[in-house]
Amino acid sequence: MAIDLLYFAWVRERMGRAQEVVDLPAEVTTVAALVDWLAARDAGSAAALEDRARLRAAVDQSFVGMDASIAGAREIALFPPVTGG
Amino acid sequence: MIRIHVSPEPIDIAAEMALAEAAAGAGAVATFTGLVRRDPDEAGAVGTLELEHYPGATEAALRRVAEEAIARWSLGGATIVHRVGPMAPGERIVFVAAASAHRAAALEACAYLIDRLKTDAPFWKRETRGDGEGQWVEARDTDAAAAARWEDR
Repeated sequence: MAIDLLYFAWVRERMGRAQEVVDLPAEVTTVAALVDWLAARDAGSAAALEDRARLRAAVDQSFVGMDASIAGAREIALFPPVTGG
Repeated sequence: MIRIHVSPEPIDIAAEMALAEAAAGAGAVATFTGLVRRDPDEAGAVGTLELEHYPGATEAALRRVAEEAIARWSLGGATIVHRVGPMAPGERIVFVAAASAHRAAALEACAYLIDRLKTDAPFWKRETRGDGEGQWVEARDTDAAAAARWEDR
């Protein structure tokens, strides 16, 4: 199923895009699996997502952990730890 | 009353204060204003700051923080105004206000609003130095600790 992916801050810069639509294989069921799948796709994505400890995610606009399920998700965002305020 | 506003426009303190003071039952309004630091960078030149956010998700996260503060301290109102886009040293980045019947709740709730928004809302800061070099600001452990102190109270 098609899912919207959004990237912010240095994840956006390193991915070279702010968003994309991907068709995920059925076995990709968690955020961590999605990151692995993206990294396996091409060298640019692998480099962009290399620093897993500094990656955060939101599924349908709610912050989640890397082991969170993405079943039924329409929008997944990947970004660094937040630095507002 | 909850007021959440995320915008590239400069923050108008007088207008925000007037809205905060109009909250039901307000006998006290505590506020916090965050500014772009004027500290010169290593090269001695003053840089600029750029704030990126996640439209929709940022506003929703700020609203949850405001709702939690209102429920916890029975506030009459909570305000979170955050600027995004490029800004210069000395300019306002963020303004929060808590309106309550009495000062203790207003002061505590104001600290809660700014502590939580720093860890719970998707914003990212990028500093550009005088020589044009840009760098994403790293998240600080002290911010996480400041937010966590509200969890066991």
